[in-house]
Amino acid sequence: MDALLSGPFSEYAFMQRALVGSLAVCVGAVPVGMFMTLRRMSLTGDAMAHAILPGAAIAYLLTGLSLIGLTLGGLVAGLVVAALAGWVARSTHLKEDTSLAAFYLISLALGVLVISLKRSNVDLFHVLFGNILALDNATLWLLASIGSVSLVLMALLYRPLVIECVDPSFLRCSGHASSTAHYGFLFLMVINLVAGFHALGTLMAIGIMILPAAASRFWAKTLDSLIITSVLIGFAGCYTGLLLSFYFDLPAGPAIVISLGVVYVISLIIGLNGGFLNQYYPKRHLTG
Amino acid sequence: MGIGVRNYPFVMSIQLNNLTLTYERHPAVHHVTATIGQGDWLAVVGPNGAGKSTLLNAMAGLTTIDDGSIEGLSPNTVAYLPQQTQLDRCFPITVFELVVTGLWAKLGFFESLNKSQYEQCGDAISAVGLQGFERRMINTLSGGQLQRSLFARVLLQDQPVILLDEPFNAIDTKTLADLTQLIKQWHQHKRTVIMVTHDLDYIQEHCPQTLLLARDCIGYGATKEILTRENLEKARQHFEAFDKRANSCVQGAA
Repeated sequence: MDALLSGPFSEYAFMQRALVGSLAVCVGAVPVGMFMTLRRMSLTGDAMAHAILPGAAIAYLLTGLSLIGLTLGGLVAGLVVAALAGWVARSTHLKEDTSLAAFYLISLALGVLVISLKRSNVDLFHVLFGNILALDNATLWLLASIGSVSLVLMALLYRPLVIECVDPSFLRCSGHASSTAHYGFLFLMVINLVAGFHALGTLMAIGIMILPAAASRFWAKTLDSLIITSVLIGFAGCYTGLLLSFYFDLPAGPAIVISLGVVYVISLIIGLNGGFLNQYYPKRHLTG
Repeated sequence: MGIGVRNYPFVMSIQLNNLTLTYERHPAVHHVTATIGQGDWLAVVGPNGAGKSTLLNAMAGLTTIDDGSIEGLSPNTVAYLPQQTQLDRCFPITVFELVVTGLWAKLGFFESLNKSQYEQCGDAISAVGLQGFERRMINTLSGGQLQRSLFARVLLQDQPVILLDEPFNAIDTKTLADLTQLIKQWHQHKRTVIMVTHDLDYIQEHCPQTLLLARDCIGYGATKEILTRENLEKARQHFEAFDKRANSCVQGAA
């Protein structure tokens, strides 16, 4: 049993790299995902992922399959969309989801346009599905760096971000921290999605952000315990997904996301904080 | 009780100079001029849509000013309690954590609570009658309990100017009395309290000053002189829907 669970990781270097890489992504992305779900931005992450895709595609046309090119392309496209959308949401009556949808669609259309003008058959397989089982040193460093930067930035922004989520007008009338928190959060979202697409691909990267956060809502109540639970769930999902991928010869990205999905469904059913069983077989009420 | 009871020795009055605030060019507050003295307890009253909340928003620095100016206020002098709808009640934080955000301006991004600030939080929570609720999540609170915790946050903000937007909506009489007691203390300690409410009896009983607003200022001054039947009737009459064909306003545009 022990060999079954840890064997692949002790025997194969690529599995070790995959595990380290995916855990690094979890450390950065899961707390960001927690705040996304709490801000009701779960689906906005999808939009952001689409906004990053054209940047990466254009970079691919210009530089080929270069790590720096793809990363910069994705970052630039994502940050431009995030900044424009954030600015519109803060200075007009449009809400964040609408302004983000508007800009990501423009970005996506531009990307498709550029690619079709070039008439080149772009192999976006890497960007769509990631590369977790073949991480080279440079990519591993990149994932670890983004995870670390993200963690530090999250610690810096934690207070204003929480206040901004609970009561945005309170923060807005006490100084400039409100825009710092807002743009800082969008920045965090973009860098983690870029890390995510190297590991799992643009479409699967959202899974690692949202699913652990959603699952942890059925176990924990306070914000700190929610974040810790969700990161642990993220770790468990990555570990299990990589094992599944190894033994059943599955693509690793989807295997990780499906593992996280299974944890989510189980939490939904047996979670102690409002799961289905908990609702259908409630304990008798207290005396006071 | 070390909180919310500090006197503000310096004189600071708030001037609204010919203030106009608009919504898509239509005035929501129209050429209002008033001087609010330090330590005043001012009720802002008027029909729905008269611009009361817009005025408070502008005083809190959340709305751009179309014309005229507000003097004597800056973000670091105002504690603002808006109508509850803007608060996300589902966010997973405790009463203590919500209340302690009142110290944000002092603590900033990183500084941790010292012992006396920790005690202040406890005092503020007791002052609003929520002792024992510190670790409750805010989504388990009733409307009145939530409003009490927001008052506790205002206590911790410890600002010379306090803006309250309909603070007593859906509040029981006990809570109303408790919170009024707090406002009375602020008033005694020379804090300026500006509050929007529809409760004329309350204003007559408690608030020395009244601003009667129906987009334009119908009357501003001592409550007894402002809340007359004629003035209230005038506010009702004066008030009408936006005129879609309205021309640019030339009043004071020399």
